[in-house]
Amino acid sequence: MVGQDHRPEEGNALQELARIRGIMDRSQRFLSLSGLSGVAAGVVALATACAAHWWLGNLGADRDNQYAPLLDPLDPGHLLWGRATTLILLGTTAAVLAVAGAWWFTRRNALRQGHALWDAASKRLFIHMTIPLFAGGAFCIALLALGLPALVAPATLVFYGLALINASKFTLDEVLWLGMSQLVLGLFAMFFPGHGLLCWALGFGVLHLGYGTFMYLRHERR
Amino acid sequence: MIADLDKAFESRVRIGIMAVLVVNPWVDHARLRELLDVTDGNLASHLLALEKLAYVEVRKRFVGRKPNTAYKSTTVGKRAFQAHLDALEQLLKRDLRP
Repeated sequence: MVGQDHRPEEGNALQELARIRGIMDRSQRFLSLSGLSGVAAGVVALATACAAHWWLGNLGADRDNQYAPLLDPLDPGHLLWGRATTLILLGTTAAVLAVAGAWWFTRRNALRQGHALWDAASKRLFIHMTIPLFAGGAFCIALLALGLPALVAPATLVFYGLALINASKFTLDEVLWLGMSQLVLGLFAMFFPGHGLLCWALGFGVLHLGYGTFMYLRHERR
Repeated sequence: MIADLDKAFESRVRIGIMAVLVVNPWVDHARLRELLDVTDGNLASHLLALEKLAYVEVRKRFVGRKPNTAYKSTTVGKRAFQAHLDALEQLLKRDLRP
């Protein structure tokens, strides 16, 4: 092993600095994120979208204005909080289940690789991920308070996409592409508010399933 | 200029260890081994050398039922590493001059 060692002479000072930079960058990333976390989140999201669709349909939602049942028919700028709360609880439950699934699969993956789950790298990832998400949550509550429930689903996609883009600097590079896709889908959905739930199912459901399966096959299957 | 290069950092492994430890507090043995792609024994001997120089601090504890050894760079170690990087940069600047 002594053969690996060397004195950094003039010629390889540049290589040496590049190598050091590479190690520093890699060491700051949390790489145990499991693809199965994405698969779990995708399954939860699809089930949630189906439940929300069914529930809104029962309340008399029509194809063009899915969110009409959430607004006061006499004063369409006014949200019926009683009904909206059911959807908020549904969404919150989905988020808790998805995070629990992500935690479980990632923990399993980290233990297999012999790493601690909660180290400096995963803490950094967590913080950079949650800041945009909290901002998004507050923004969605404001949208509801202003009587704009149709924009909530697109807004969750936009803020989730931004959170992933932000977090991608501290984990696997592919997370950037998942984030970009969620962001683009969210921006698109904002202009077709009647199809917000469909876009939400595509983003949180289908994109997660696709990303998770790809990552699992690429990095974890053995 | 070569004189400014820290003898402790003649080894690629030791430079690698310090590179990880200056940007991450408390990194465990398994993660260092993976990041630097070295054997356990090799890593342990270099860590011991850095510990003797007081460039790194060691913490042994149990995570669950498994023993876990983690390392952190000391202020002395960080300064030495920074000085080493500066020396490498100087070398580079001298090389680029016609």
